[in-house]
Parts: sequence; C-alpha cells; structure tokens
Amino acid sequence: MTSVAHARPEGGAHGAAHHAPMSFWRKYIFSTDHKIIGIQFLFVSLFFLLVGGLLAMQIRWQLGFPGKPLPGGGILPESMVSGGVILPEYYVQLVSMHGTFMVFFAIMPLLVGVYANFLIPLKIGAHDMAFPRINMASFWLALLAGLIMTASFFVPNGPIRSGWTNYAPLAARPDLSGVTVGQMLWCISIVVLGLSSVMGSLNYITTVINHRAPGMTWFRMPLSVWALFITAILGVLALPVLQGAAIMLLFDNILGTHFFDPAAGGQALLWQHLFWFFGHPEVYILILPAMGMVSDIIANGSRKPIFGYHSMVFAIIGIAFLGWIVWGHHMFMSGMNPTLGSTFMVSTLLIAVPSAIKVFNWLGTMWRGNLRFHVPMLNAIGFVSMFTIGGLSGIFMAATPVDIPLHDTQFIVAHIHYVLFGGSLFALFAAITYWYPKMFGRVMNEGIGKLHFFLTFIFYNMTFFPMHIIGMGGQMRRIYDPTIYDFLKPQQPLNVFISYSAFALFAVQILFAFNFLWSLKFGKKAPQNPWDDNGMEWSLPNPAPHGNWERTPNVYRGPYEFSAPEAGDKDFLPQFLKLPTDRDPVPAPLPAGH
Amino acid sequence: MTHATQALDQMRPPYPAEPGAGVYSNKLGMWVFLASDVMFFTALIGSYIVLRFGAPGEWARPGAVLNVPLTAVNTFLLICSSVSMVKAYAAIQDGKKYFLRPVPGKLLRDGGLKFWLLVTMICGAGFVSVQVVEYIKLVGHGFTPAGFREGSLLAEHAAADPIKYGATVAGLYGSSFFTMTGFHGFHVTCGVISMTYLYFTKVLPEKYSPQDYRGIEVIGLYWHFVDLVWIILFTIVYLI
Repeated sequence: MTSVAHARPEGGAHGAAHHAPMSFWRKYIFSTDHKIIGIQFLFVSLFFLLVGGLLAMQIRWQLGFPGKPLPGGGILPESMVSGGVILPEYYVQLVSMHGTFMVFFAIMPLLVGVYANFLIPLKIGAHDMAFPRINMASFWLALLAGLIMTASFFVPNGPIRSGWTNYAPLAARPDLSGVTVGQMLWCISIVVLGLSSVMGSLNYITTVINHRAPGMTWFRMPLSVWALFITAILGVLALPVLQGAAIMLLFDNILGTHFFDPAAGGQALLWQHLFWFFGHPEVYILILPAMGMVSDIIANGSRKPIFGYHSMVFAIIGIAFLGWIVWGHHMFMSGMNPTLGSTFMVSTLLIAVPSAIKVFNWLGTMWRGNLRFHVPMLNAIGFVSMFTIGGLSGIFMAATPVDIPLHDTQFIVAHIHYVLFGGSLFALFAAITYWYPKMFGRVMNEGIGKLHFFLTFIFYNMTFFPMHIIGMGGQMRRIYDPTIYDFLKPQQPLNVFISYSAFALFAVQILFAFNFLWSLKFGKKAPQNPWDDNGMEWSLPNPAPHGNWERTPNVYRGPYEFSAPEAGDKDFLPQFLKLPTDRDPVPAPLPAGH
Repeated sequence: MTHATQALDQMRPPYPAEPGAGVYSNKLGMWVFLASDVMFFTALIGSYIVLRFGAPGEWARPGAVLNVPLTAVNTFLLICSSVSMVKAYAAIQDGKKYFLRPVPGKLLRDGGLKFWLLVTMICGAGFVSVQVVEYIKLVGHGFTPAGFREGSLLAEHAAADPIKYGATVAGLYGSSFFTMTGFHGFHVTCGVISMTYLYFTKVLPEKYSPQDYRGIEVIGLYWHFVDLVWIILFTIVYLI
C-alpha cells in the first residue's frame, strides 16, 4: 500500500514528449500553455501590487505627517508636490489609483488570472484550457490595460481624481475634475480589462464544464475549482456592465453625451447603480477564489476531510447569488429611496449566513485535526481570522441606521482592507507558497515564510485595526489633511501610529519578495508531492510539462480523503490513486447528434 | 470511443471526459460569451430606460428626428441575413459545400454553403452601410451625441415645435441613440469581419463538412443574437 501512494495515473506523466520543442518566445512569452499564462499573470500582478503599495505609502505619509515634505518627494514633478509636500490634487489621485491598481490589476488578476489559469486544468485533469489562444489574448489584453492605466500618471493633469469608483458628475465633467486625458485612459483601460476578463472567464467556465477528466464528477471537484468556476460566472456577467458604464463615462468625457450629467437631464445616481451592480459581484470575485484555495489548504494542513463539503459548495453558490441583489448597500446615503435601502439591508445581512457556514466549516475542519503549521496553513488561518473580523464589520455597515454615521469614514477603509488584504492577500500568500513548487519546481524557504507571516500579521493588524477607531471618531475616508478639523486633532497620534505600522508592513513584504525571487534559483528542489496532498496536480512532475498529462488521467475519489483508513500508513489518498477496489470511471457517452 | 475514432470527429471532445454540457466547447464558449454580451446590452438599454423615464421632458416623437422607413428596410435586411444564415447552416449540415448547383426540373438553382454565407455577409455589410449613411445624414441635420447642434436644421425645428422634437431632452436622446445603435453596429461589423475571415480560410477551401461545421454554427449563434438585439433596439429606440 505504501508504494501506490506515489503511483501515477495510468500512462504516467513523463513530460509531453510528443510536443515539438518550442522557441523561447513561443514557450515563455507568447505561450498558449495555461501554466505559463498563469505565471505571466503572477509576475505582472505582483508588480502592480508593488505599485499599489507604493501609492499607499504616500497616502499614509500624508495622513500621518500632513504638511511635511515627502521623503524622496523631490523626484516628483511640481504638479504633484510643492516643495516636497503632497498637493491635494495629487493626494486624491493617489487614493484613486491605489484603489484602481489594487482591485483591478493586483488582487483580481492574482486570484483569477493566476490561479484560475494555473489550477483549473491541473485540478480537473485537463490537458489545457478549452481555448488556449483566447487565453493568451486574455493575458496580453490585461497587460495592455495595466499599461494604459499606468500611462495616465504621465499625461497632463495626471490620472483620475474621483476615487476608484469614479462617481459622476465629478468624473463625467472634465471642467469639474480638472482631469481630461487621465479620465479617458481610465475608461479605456477598464474596457480593455473587461474584455480580457470576459475572455478568461468564458474559458474557465467552458473548461470546467466540458473538460473534466473521467471520474471528476461535479462533487469531486476541489473547492478551489468550485470557487473559481462560480467566480468566472460572476466575471462574465458583471464585467460587461462595468464596460458599458465606462463607455458611457468615456462618451460623456469625449463626445459630450449627457448620461451622468444632471445639468443636462442625465442621472448621477445611474452611474452609482451601474458601478455597484458590477461592484458588488466584484467584491465576491475578489474573495471567493481566496475562500476556495484556503479550503484546500486548510484540509491539507489539518489532515482531515473538509468539514461539510457540500455545504461549502452551496455556500459559494449562495454568496454568488446574493451578491447580485445587494449592490444598493453601497448607496444608502446617496439619496436612494429609503424603502429600497431596507430591502438591500435585508439581502446584505443574509450574506452573513453562507459566510458563517464557511467560517464554521473551516473551524470544524481544523477541530481535532492533526495540524501541520506549514507556511500556507499559517496564512490560511490568518485569512480565516481576518476575514471574520472584516465580515463582522461588514454587518455593521449593512445595517442602514449604523451606516449613516459610519459611511465614508475610515471605518469603511478598515473593513475593505480586512477583507481584501487580511482576506484575499493572506490567502494569496498561502496560495503562492503552496503552489510555488508546481510552478517553479522549488519550495519557498520555510523560515523566511514563517517570519514573513508573523510580522505581516502583527503589522497588518496594527495598521488597519486602529482605522476602525479613527473612523468611528469621524475621520473621513478620503480627507487630505485630518488636522484641519478640531474634532479630529485628538486622533492624530493614532494616525501617526497607523502610518508607522504601514511603513513597517510594507518593509516586511521585502521578505516575501526576497523569498519569492531567491527561491526561484536557490530554493530547495521540490519532491513530487511536497505537501502530501490529494489534488490531481500532484500526479505530475514539478514543474508540470506542457500539455500536462500524456494520457488523460482517471479520477477515483473526492479531493479531501485525508487520514482515510484505506490509505494504509499514509494519511492521504490522492484522487488519481487507483486502489485494488477501485473501478475505472466510464467516460461520458458522446453527445447525441453533437 | 477510443482516441482514434474521436480524432476523426472534431465536434466531440478531444479527450475522454466527464459528461459536460452535451455540446462541443466552441458552442458552449459562444453561449457564455453571449450571456456576457446580454449583460453589456442590458447596461446600455437599462440606462436608456432609466434616463428616458427619469428625464425632465418628453422624448422626441417617433419619426420626428429619425428616418423610420429607411431603418425599417434596414431591419428587414438584417432579418433576411438571419434567414440566409440558417440556410447556410442547413446547407453544410447536408454536406452542400458548393456555391450554386442546378436542380433538374426546377427553375432556381440550389444554394450551398458558399452561396448562403456570402448572402449573409452582403446583407450584414449592407446593414452597416445603411447605418453609416443614416448617421451621416443625422449629423448633417444637426443630431449629434450631445444633442441638436446650434444653428442646425433640427435645432430650428426644435425651437419651432419643442414638443414634437423633444427639445428639452435632446442631449439624452442623442447620447443614448448613438451609443446603443453604434455598439450594435460595431457588433454587426465584427460579425461580418469574422464571417469574411471564415469565408476565405475555411469555406472556400471547403474545410467544413457535415461532421465538422463548428465555425458556421458558432458564428450563426452570434449572428442571430445580434439580430435579436436589433429587433429590440428598433422597437424601443425608433418605434416607441
């Protein structure tokens, strides 16, 4: 029984010898291989994560030390800083572009671009995506969108000044915002990104539906694949709405249309409805894949089957469905009909139910498990705890009466960062470490990884938890200089504390960057199954060859058979492992008449 | 159900797989894409409805600004192209790869894939051309995305009869008209370009067969969708 634990599926995976050798350009740059595309997304979106982080540091400098010259600010042009001091116009641009980069070009491509591409075919036993060339186009369009967005820093008057949400009429009227080219570039970039996202998502959906290996039934799919699949459905339906809205905003700016300009009969509130009709499903695009991958990692780290697999699947579906009918909770204070606000309040509070199911299931999985605190597991536990705090503060704001004083304060900033940084980014640290061997054939350094986790966890909480307090104290979300108001002055020491913590948090990420880059070349060689996991991807060598399996593998069981008695002296039983009692799955009958 | 027999039939999955959607992946992918396109047009049409109902004044009367008879003819042209698309699809399903072939005892020749797809392309291109002419004329009369141009013919009409011409909301009218019909025209153009590409790379070299006509079926789905969107747009933009 011990030897079979390392057996490969029938036919084995000895590299894809039947593929002709490819040039460097075809193999690594214009690649149609889903794994290479995932890695391309990884490098590009980590770069944009760094850009977004640098913008955040400047925001924190201004809030902690308003009126003091920004260190190194001398290199910025006079239109951004005056005597080294950040100008108000530049400050709002920092806030707007930090949000834009982090949401659209860092977290979303990290979760969906990287892991949907990399994991879906590997985990369902497919040879590649359904449409490899569309997949490649999706990456290049995403990069193009990122470059267009970056270019807006270098045009006259700089990037957008209306926040990442681009509320009209400020964003629709260049004479009000003072931004012309930057606003156009934002809209164009978003339209291109939407196209990229739709192309990616239709690939993921088609692949999951039509390309599962024999035996990989719907309820044998790992939760990561379930989450990425549902996320792709959200992406396909949500992004086009944002594209439509961005096109209308673009036309308002360049063609003189009046969609969002109340002075000419348009409706400013229409923009908010369109934006948040996209924006709330987007929130779940940013968290569901993280939840899915964390589920895989927690089951592995606990050496137990995931607690309540089916309820986890239906919770994902439930969250995704409810995500479509809650967008109004972003607009309680917009002047929207208050009765409608109550409806949105109820539907929003309902989301707490599937979210709580997931949190309790993660705890149930860990309960009395044979815990292995490897770096992915630590980060996954970080995800669960931070997401819980972020989810609970979400319930505060979902209640309309509580939202009235809290809206547009730093409390909201704390909430979004607890779910997006404490949630998604911790999950990403876990996922990057976990699937790093599959990507690069080496393991990231365990010691640095643990140090990075603990320091990040501490400084992260020191940065974002006090924001709840200053938010309740009334500090506005995008205010340029909090010290101009007497009632905010007593809170200024806390702002200074947050800023120092944020700088430390940023500095700690150097550990991660070092570990990531250093391990590419000097990391320990990864064994075939470094985490003793059950997933289909571990039946392949590290890194996996082009085309994945030479012969389509068979799947014999669900993904979470840890500590199963049949596994003998191993505590895991991979999906691809054929026991003497297992029968080969029968492939699907071909569709009748096509 | 071995690999060898599957390689012969491109419309089936290349590898053994679990039961999926029951259709080949290209078709499923097109269905998913059309779902996303539905959402795109929903954003535009939904905004139009919200803007029109919430507008401070009455919309222009049907036919006051727009040339309804011309567009009705154009609509008919687009519907005809959908019919010819169906004929092209049926032709290749029956293995008719040819252009035209005489039928004994019948006056008309029998059209094959090459004929019916060409008809579809011509109808589609004709639709876009008529739309371009319509745009040029409208802008010439002073109807722009920003409303009625100062000093233009339509601006004078609107000053004389503000109710009929919807003078107070001309800006919204122009905004939504040009955006919705423009993006529909863009979709038709994309369809015609795709069909032209298929025509030269696949249809003329006779690469489609009754066993594999994926490109024709997939572009057909797209084409019927674009046609359907136009019927909605024609109704709510021109007739109401």
